[in-house]
Amino acid sequence: MASIELKNFEASKKMKGLMGQYFTELMGPEAKEKKIAWCTSVGPAELLRALGFEVYFPENHGAMLGATRMATDLIPLANARGFSPDICSYLTSDIGSYLKGESPFNKMGLSGPPKADVLVFNTNQCRDVKDWFQFYARQWDVPCIGLHTPRSIGDVDENIVKFVAKQIEELVEPLEKIGGNKLDMDKLKEVINLSRKCTQLWKAVLETAANSPSPITFFDETIQMGPAVVLRGRQDAIDYYEILLAELKQRLADGVGAVEGENYRIYWEGMPIWGKLKNLALQFAELQTAVVASTYCNSWIFDTLDPDKPFEGMARAYSELYICRSDEPKEAYMERMIERYNIDGVLYHNAKTCPNNSNSRYDMPQRLNAKTDIPFVIIDGDLNDLRLYSEEQTRTNIEAFCEQLSQA
Amino acid sequence: MKYYCGIDIGASTAKLVIIDPAGKIVGKSLQRSGIDYAKTAAELLSSVCARESIDRALIVRSLATGYGRDNVPWSTGKMTEIACHGKGAYFHFQKRMTVIDIGAQDSKVIHLDDAGKRESFKMNRKCAAGTGAFIEEIANRLALDISELNALAESSDHDASLGSFCTVFAATEVLEKIRAGVKVGDIVREAFNSVVKRVVEMDRIDGMLVTTGGVVAHNPFLAKLLGESFNTEAHIPPDAQYTGAFGAALFAREQVNSKSPK
Ligand code: SF4
Repeated sequence: MASIELKNFEASKKMKGLMGQYFTELMGPEAKEKKIAWCTSVGPAELLRALGFEVYFPENHGAMLGATRMATDLIPLANARGFSPDICSYLTSDIGSYLKGESPFNKMGLSGPPKADVLVFNTNQCRDVKDWFQFYARQWDVPCIGLHTPRSIGDVDENIVKFVAKQIEELVEPLEKIGGNKLDMDKLKEVINLSRKCTQLWKAVLETAANSPSPITFFDETIQMGPAVVLRGRQDAIDYYEILLAELKQRLADGVGAVEGENYRIYWEGMPIWGKLKNLALQFAELQTAVVASTYCNSWIFDTLDPDKPFEGMARAYSELYICRSDEPKEAYMERMIERYNIDGVLYHNAKTCPNNSNSRYDMPQRLNAKTDIPFVIIDGDLNDLRLYSEEQTRTNIEAFCEQLSQA
Repeated sequence: MKYYCGIDIGASTAKLVIIDPAGKIVGKSLQRSGIDYAKTAAELLSSVCARESIDRALIVRSLATGYGRDNVPWSTGKMTEIACHGKGAYFHFQKRMTVIDIGAQDSKVIHLDDAGKRESFKMNRKCAAGTGAFIEEIANRLALDISELNALAESSDHDASLGSFCTVFAATEVLEKIRAGVKVGDIVREAFNSVVKRVVEMDRIDGMLVTTGGVVAHNPFLAKLLGESFNTEAHIPPDAQYTGAFGAALFAREQVNSKSPK
């Protein structure tokens, strides 16, 4: 079956250029004059951009360390430094990379992650991001500030929105001091507007996968999501997704599926296994099974960003995320997705070092299966630490799961 | 006469079964999987054919399963060991059942409905606890041959288990027990009980309990303990170590009969 090839997107070349340009802005010679803010992937990037910061997202670097498989060699350095192998392997990969002075950016001719002037976190996703940022704050003696969003939220009610919105507003003053710019509300509105447009386009991209055959898979999306994560709030991200969306619409018009002979449709719950994206994409393609939807890629849709209510809109958008919700809204969301994407089976990735993105631990697969009658499989692995991944067990689990779907 | 062949290349042992159209085993053999799966498969096939005087040309379809399922050049198809253990076990009992296969490197729990259709399955996490590798390690520590374990465990009425999840920690516990002068039979029984516990915590069971694989084939007492833990009787099909290979042969037969080769 070695003849199977994955289908590339024309647009991808543009994306490479775009991401390369962004990295150069942050790490190239021109970056010297700029104020750099580190930001968590679902942190208040719009505010930072409006204040004139160049925004760097270390989780993106974490994913790159995973995808290049550098992570597995670097994590032990952070472990030896005192960061346990049981905690976030983005954190341990990234700190390992810092300790060793090696990064995938080096291959692009860049020196490595930029030194921060300020690190801004949001605990909506986990506590690890704050611990991670504080390490660098101590290293560089720079401020680390952020939002303490509640977790396991049921309804995102007004109290929560007010609580988080107030915290965002309180970031303004220290950030103005650090960055040297006063916040211009019109600029903030403009950035929020661009950010919302970007995430709406990203949503449209993801929704093309509701068609059978799907023109795009989860594995493509994990790469294509780059601009939605790191460039939201900028026009170039919007321009990119317009191009990608047009290509997807063309595939739909031509009846071109990402997986040849798509037979089954899978929902991927949990994080990607970055170092194994290609192997997994190929295995699913061989099994004529398309992974068409995921919690992960859908996490960068921020419908409620609102230029007219900048702080509340951001607070709501960043507190409504799947990752910081309790199991009831998570389950309701999954049910909607299963229906909308016409899912035959759900794969839960139980990522050892990220309990926050692993939803198979509190009986949810069993509950959802009882409600929807859609079968599931759980695979044990990790986002970055391939020491926690068994290629053979995963391969067999996936193959056996597709066999099971074929009996239905 | 037409024949069908199933070969299960497991993590430690490769098993081959040839069946007739009625599903009766007419030849079988096993050997260590070794480091060259294709060679092992070829050796098994020729030895069984020679021993049972089966003309290879009469084997109309062969199906491979197990870790080495992609490494059998002459097989005409492959299925996972999950499918094959389910198929092989169901053949003997034809009821709603839960199949528990305890292999050398992993354990599997497979739920089948009344018609033998799979409802769900689970493989153990990547860890030796609850597998044959654990028992081998303990035998090693006690300087025993694997074949002595069943009788030793059965001779004990000491119903404790080793406490640790981890094979290395459990081996340390064994050392402590040796030092404390605990009887060898009691230690082996404790080791059996810990395998049982690791399996019991994997999943629930529905319907009849059927256990397969080399570990229970050689240690029926372990299957008995497993049944007791689930408050039921654990059934062991004939040739339990060959269940995966047998299931593969049954799939081969089915695929020929349905004329829809995969
Ligand atoms: S959500 Fe998980 S992967 Fe992301 S930073 Fe937190 S612990 Fe790491």
